[in-house]
Amino acid sequence: MKVRIKFAKSGAMRFIGHLDVMRFFQKAIRRAGIDVAYSEGFSPHQIMSFAAPLGVGLTSNGEYLDIEVRSHAGAEDMKRRLEAVMVEGMEILSVTALEEGTRNAMASVAAAEYSVRFRQGYAPDKGWEDRLLAFYDRPVLTVKKKTKKSEVEIDIKPYIYQLSVTGKGKDAVVHMLVNASSSGNIKPGLVMEAFLREDGKELSEFALEIRREDTFTDTGEDGNRKLVPLDAVGAGF
Amino acid sequence: MNKLALKDEILLRVEKPARYIGNEVNAVVKDRKLVDVRIAMCFPDVYEIGMSHLGIQILYDMFNRFEDVWCERVYSPWVDLDKIMREENIPLFGLESQEPVKNMDFLAITIQYEMCYTNILQILDLSHIPLRAREREGQGKGWDVPIVIGGGPCVYNPEPIAEFFDLFYIGEGETRYRELLDLYKECRRKGESRREFLRKAAELPGMYVPMFYQVEYKEDGTIKGMEPTEEGIPKTIRKEVEMNLSDTYYPKKPVVPFIKVTQDRVVLEIQRGCIRGCRFCQAGQIYRPVRERDVDMLKEYAVEMLKNTGHEEISLSSLSSSDYSGLPELIDFLIEECGERKINISLPSLRIDAFSLDVMNKVQDIKKSSLTFAPEAGSQRLRNVINKGLTEEDILKGAGLAFEGGWTRVKLYFMLGLPTETEEDIREIGALSNKIAAVFYETVPKDRRVNGRVQIVASTSFFIPKPFTPFQWAPMCTKDEFLEKAYLTRSAIKEQLNQKSIKYNWHEADISVLEGVLARGDRQIADVIERAYRKGCIYDAWSEYFHNDAWMEAFEECGVDPDFYTIRERYAEETFPWDFLDCGVKKDFLKREWEKALAENVSPNCRAYCQGCGANQFGGGVCFENRKGSNGKDKRAE
Repeated sequence: MKVRIKFAKSGAMRFIGHLDVMRFFQKAIRRAGIDVAYSEGFSPHQIMSFAAPLGVGLTSNGEYLDIEVRSHAGAEDMKRRLEAVMVEGMEILSVTALEEGTRNAMASVAAAEYSVRFRQGYAPDKGWEDRLLAFYDRPVLTVKKKTKKSEVEIDIKPYIYQLSVTGKGKDAVVHMLVNASSSGNIKPGLVMEAFLREDGKELSEFALEIRREDTFTDTGEDGNRKLVPLDAVGAGF
Repeated sequence: MNKLALKDEILLRVEKPARYIGNEVNAVVKDRKLVDVRIAMCFPDVYEIGMSHLGIQILYDMFNRFEDVWCERVYSPWVDLDKIMREENIPLFGLESQEPVKNMDFLAITIQYEMCYTNILQILDLSHIPLRAREREGQGKGWDVPIVIGGGPCVYNPEPIAEFFDLFYIGEGETRYRELLDLYKECRRKGESRREFLRKAAELPGMYVPMFYQVEYKEDGTIKGMEPTEEGIPKTIRKEVEMNLSDTYYPKKPVVPFIKVTQDRVVLEIQRGCIRGCRFCQAGQIYRPVRERDVDMLKEYAVEMLKNTGHEEISLSSLSSSDYSGLPELIDFLIEECGERKINISLPSLRIDAFSLDVMNKVQDIKKSSLTFAPEAGSQRLRNVINKGLTEEDILKGAGLAFEGGWTRVKLYFMLGLPTETEEDIREIGALSNKIAAVFYETVPKDRRVNGRVQIVASTSFFIPKPFTPFQWAPMCTKDEFLEKAYLTRSAIKEQLNQKSIKYNWHEADISVLEGVLARGDRQIADVIERAYRKGCIYDAWSEYFHNDAWMEAFEECGVDPDFYTIRERYAEETFPWDFLDCGVKKDFLKREWEKALAENVSPNCRAYCQGCGANQFGGGVCFENRKGSNGKDKRAE
């Protein structure tokens, strides 16, 4: 059976990179005594798929991984077992079963929602919240995006599904829902960098405090987007 | 969660911030208000190396089992963070509490190799602790900075670093720390001074407080004598040994790092000591007598440790695993236990024979693994000198069996610069490598050769005489001699028929020479180490950060001649800087072994025939195996 695990990453854990989070879960699943399925061959590994890698420094309330289990004693039991082997800053949010044939976590990702704050002392000039909204209102948002080979200009407007600001000044939070699929992944930093450039500033490396709020899959049909959190397609067991 | 000691801006700027945040699985966090003694346990190298060290995991577990103690871990900040901490004056901190080391009661440093000495100074400096023990008394009672304790194999000659430590714990940590901590608590409760505590600590078994010993030198620079300067302090300090390894501290829940470290697996120490008595090997002498852990204990711990860590690999640890009497039973158990759970078993230090090949066949992917032989010397003559009881026949027979079993890669380890070594001995390295290759081509028919040919990698290190070995009297080679020997080895290999199947690597000579000075150095060396550190030397064990020029300048400026410690031939009756320590093995035994070495005579191993080394004074282990009779005396001893 395929199981989808949703977890949050916060505190000091934001300094643990994606590959190490994978290693952490491989070991955690063994500590939890979950009857996980392994691949065949001489060096078998756990069958495991992570949704979207999270950059070092970011926190998240909506990370996902899928595993394959050979037997289980229900979702509650599995969640409890996993909770018991976490560390501070890693929290299990849900454990759900996936129907046979569901695309794995990585292939399912369509979008991600982020909240973005400026670290103390890094915020742009007063009134930036309105200027950001005005920037977002433009029909075309051209940015330079670095690829492996060169730098290309792209219009990121179609990849930003929503953008809003709550709060003012040091409490201001930018909320954005952006494409996170393998074909059109947009990082929140790229959006903020484009805005700041318009505002006449460079984005400093440490200016932003970014949290991924959730990761979504698209269940819409005929080209109509219908985004739901990745665990919404799972069921209790 | 404790607030992190480093700001986000720093953690995002340095390589691998996970080195500095703590919070790992099984890391111990206690309420600071509920403990009396706080210990920072340090391995003075980068996190990935330090986290791989078993000794610290054992002591960390032991200390944290004491309710009144909180022990945390500290490692050397990597060079990127080191620079930032100096620029911004950030004090070094414990990983668990993220609080400055300076605020703790003890800073305990394990000293595993000589090339970490400048890193010890880095740790002290970044902790804002004065480098010299004498400078730490400060104002009042002298409790401004932690007591700095050293332990580990290098303390069997602590003299080059003696001035940087308040205290050395000589021997195995399981036995005396509780007493030391109780003494500390009592002294603090009574309002006694740092000096008074150290004075009393120096009376405890196994404790060496360098400031209470005065060394006198002869005109030729050798040691005349070493005397305690205070009443009641012993002239000789005997090492501490845990005689019951089956009922003592061992971690069931070792800390699991987030990032990949060198030893990313469960480590099961199956025994301490080695029966073999190779004459170059310090570990083989200082960890005597050989003591085994009970196989049932090991089974229990293996299961528990795998469960509590989630590691996918378990490794047995010992100096010579094949000599562990319960090995077949333990391996059968592990294969059964681990197979189902897809856990790998790693078996280092196995002698290559039919048994070990059968076991490796079961637990390893033959295509990926290689065979390792450590003949250490090319010729049988020289192997007799060093008492390496591995014959050419053993090697060729083992290799033949392995090739039949499908192995195609062989690693060979040798040393250059061993006492009495001749050109002929060196040439034999090439000849032996060639013979092994020839065995492959004779054994494996053409159509069964996986990659067409066998891959043999011969590596040489340079021999460094170490204290408490029969070779402690031996002169060491110069750098140029070492390099000449390496070139000769290379050309001897090139002359071989199968030279295309043999790859040759050798170590750097500069580092070996310095290691030689530090290994057999005396208190004069402290100034040189500090001078080199002030010139920017840290991470000397990392060849990319080793600056030989800076070290040579430091020797020059301090007026210390490195040759005095390396190439000089010690005279038979010479007093060595480490002679005030008693590691169990007696100096006259070592001298007998030195003479036997020069006469090319071998000594049988401890199980075959007792050589009367002196380790039976500890009253157990291999010295008393299968002994009948009530006096416990070794009947085979002379």
